[in-house]
Amino acid sequence: MLKKIVSNADEAIKDIQDGAVIMLGGFGLCGIPENSITALVKKGVKNLTCISNNAGVDDFGIGLMLKTRQVKKMISSYVGENAEFERQLLSGELEVELIPQGTLATRCMATGYGMPAIFTPAGVGTEVAIGKETRDFEGKMYLLEHAFKSDFAIVKAWKGDAHGNLIFRATSRNFNPLMAMAGKITIAEVEELYEAGELNPDEIHTPGIYVNRIFKGSDYEKRIEQVTTRLKA
Amino acid sequence: MLDKFGIAKRIAKELQDGYYVNLGIGIPTLVANYVPEGIEVILQSENGLLGIGPFPYADEVDADLINAGKQTVTTTNGSSFFDSAMSFGMIRSGRVDLTVLGAMEVAENGDIANWKIPGKMVKGMGGAMDLVASAKNIIVAMQHVNKAGESKLLKRCSLPITGLGCVKKVVTELGVFDIVPEGFKLLERAPGVSVDYIKEKTEGNLIVDGEIPEMILD
Repeated sequence: MLKKIVSNADEAIKDIQDGAVIMLGGFGLCGIPENSITALVKKGVKNLTCISNNAGVDDFGIGLMLKTRQVKKMISSYVGENAEFERQLLSGELEVELIPQGTLATRCMATGYGMPAIFTPAGVGTEVAIGKETRDFEGKMYLLEHAFKSDFAIVKAWKGDAHGNLIFRATSRNFNPLMAMAGKITIAEVEELYEAGELNPDEIHTPGIYVNRIFKGSDYEKRIEQVTTRLKA
Repeated sequence: MLDKFGIAKRIAKELQDGYYVNLGIGIPTLVANYVPEGIEVILQSENGLLGIGPFPYADEVDADLINAGKQTVTTTNGSSFFDSAMSFGMIRSGRVDLTVLGAMEVAENGDIANWKIPGKMVKGMGGAMDLVASAKNIIVAMQHVNKAGESKLLKRCSLPITGLGCVKKVVTELGVFDIVPEGFKLLERAPGVSVDYIKEKTEGNLIVDGEIPEMILD
């Protein structure tokens, strides 16, 4: 019997220790593992290295863990929406490594595909390339970028089942299936949790083999950074 | 001289039927409002959406459905969702026909700087470095001069580079420029702008070949 279902976020993250390297899915505040972040704040683990496209906002997402000084280092592509982040960065309390968004995604993918590195043209000739191996393929230069190593990947899905199979919704998919493939231990929180057999195998985005623990999240706020609307004619 | 809407309108004339297009934040986003009648373009959002629809009505706002600027959007007929690796995969492998970006500086050799100003809080490059390194057709939409009145069309970029030799065309409030081996080739003048004025505001090598037509926007 597969025993992947855990009761809640606290149980799912209970063995995450100080100094862990954690991947967190999401783009902006879209598709972030809200329940697990709350549990990490509650647990109070420190000196974390977080690999995540963004760093949340001051009072939501990874911003909550920044406020409690739990993050030692962020590895992200864009961190512009967070004043506390800026303060900690400028004061030297927080380390940040900025990497191109496609490189970030593909380095996760490489881990999940069992490949040690990728070659990408992104960053050639820029400060991102400093100290990295470059290679010419058919007259164009590429940078060698390594697959990520992380202790845990925490992702948010729309639907999941007892086997850990995951289905994502709309643009909340983003980095989630890639990080799900890349964790040494992968934790998935889902809005809807099903018995094995209830989800259509044709519709699975992430096969359960990549997922170690799964739980049904609750009280999703799903905050929106910029509500933009049009008026009814 | 054009305003930002005029710049967007002029860039929209570069769109062709069936184009897959990635529009950056700022003026580039406005291009979507001026797609010429009778042609279909499919907008790509690098957070994982092909076929960006208009902003939602207030009662259909969906937190799971945003664009790369983190604004709520909708889908349109034929839309699809995908993960971030595939999103940059379609960019890297040359499937996206046109990318429109803003910039702080463009050099006469096509280098672009648009992600970092030394001494200011660095927010990150997001997808900009991936886009400029891979897109086969990049148009920059920007103001011709910075707030200090200095040219943004330069011999060499002074700010940290985002990508090398990648910009093909620049549209500013003053004109339309192709990047050719010798520098910025002036193609069109904005309404009421003289060639001399453009020369004065352009630090990089400006190529003026014969009579330069005034652009036609409508």
